[in-house]
Amino acid sequence: MTDPTIDLHDVDSEHDSAYAGLQVNDSHWAFGTSFEDPLAGVDTTVPDDVDAAVLGRYAMALGDDALVLSQRISEWCSRAPDLEDDIALANVALDLLGQARLLLARAAKADPSLAPVLPEGSPVPPEDALAYFRDAHELLNVRLVEAADEDFADAVVRILLFSVWRLEVWQRLVASRDAVLAAVAAKGVKELTYHRDYAARWFVTLALGTTESRGRLEAALLRAWPLWPELWAAHPIDVAASRQGVGVDPSTVRESAEEVLDRVLATAEVARPEVPGLAAVAGRTGRDGLHTEALSRMLAEMQSVARAHPEGAW
Amino acid sequence: MTEHDEARPRAGWPLYEVFVRGKRGLNHVHVGSLHAADDQMALRHARDVYTRRNEGVSIWVVRSAAIVASSPDEKDSFFEPSGDKVYRHPTFYDIPDDVPHM
Repeated sequence: MTDPTIDLHDVDSEHDSAYAGLQVNDSHWAFGTSFEDPLAGVDTTVPDDVDAAVLGRYAMALGDDALVLSQRISEWCSRAPDLEDDIALANVALDLLGQARLLLARAAKADPSLAPVLPEGSPVPPEDALAYFRDAHELLNVRLVEAADEDFADAVVRILLFSVWRLEVWQRLVASRDAVLAAVAAKGVKELTYHRDYAARWFVTLALGTTESRGRLEAALLRAWPLWPELWAAHPIDVAASRQGVGVDPSTVRESAEEVLDRVLATAEVARPEVPGLAAVAGRTGRDGLHTEALSRMLAEMQSVARAHPEGAW
Repeated sequence: MTEHDEARPRAGWPLYEVFVRGKRGLNHVHVGSLHAADDQMALRHARDVYTRRNEGVSIWVVRSAAIVASSPDEKDSFFEPSGDKVYRHPTFYDIPDDVPHM
């Protein structure tokens, strides 16, 4: 980066000026270029007037959403309908894993009491302790992300609903008073925009494809639909974070998200399913650690190696 | 070209060729091929398959069937005649030191 007159991180200039790239000495990369730390230059101290416990639980909940969905999408590796979508799904899973890592690390930093205690001298970092050493009832993810996919259409519908919801929330989260959450959201908005685009295109393609593809898409939508209302509940974790100015109460942004979803449904000529939401159990939902059976099975597979070697270095 | 006959249904998706312009590249370079159901899907597949390591700032995709290629049989008549025309190379000029990228 020798020429200060060219902003090399300005995508437009990179796109418009073929010469901009010549200013970068990245010849050591055989193919592809350098990486950016999403938290570079970000103040990672918790603001003094923010309740660290509230921030910690909120970051953990957002991190758990990404962690669990990432694992579920990863299960498509080598099983997607074709090679190209196999890689596309793996990319989505990796984006979400990146979000989960940053968010769980933030949760543990804000409130160290959240992370499970591991044997003395264990090299496992706090975000891994949170990911691999908690049981299902300790995870705060929404229940939409934890079911196993029966069909490619399930993956499409789930990624669509999840990214429509999360993108709507994260577009506000970029203004979080917590600089780390704001930076994670700023990075995540671009990723989620692509996930939504990918899923929406497949949603329309399957809906307007053959009778078979449409039937399977509608079946998948019916399976996922009961979990949509839970995404918009004003849960105490989200409300508390919102009051502190570090988080977003999803119930306040539902309307614009429903409009986005309606546009996709209209393009696909699919009607909104008329099935009720999955009820809370004794007033508890995913954010309270109340989950479906599928989550503990998934965690058993995901966590078994890490738990067998709590002092392992990876 | 029966393989790419537009009128006949295919079991698989059509093949696309992918061209990516890298951050330090002046022009789009052929990086490989992929299958996709339509042009927009091809563009997204190209993004997912060929720019995962921060390689590109611009992507072109084109149906492989739309590319007309020279035939190996024509190699002699196409390319051999230029082999001995040394006077077509601008090698007889002194290039000033401050002219870059030559």
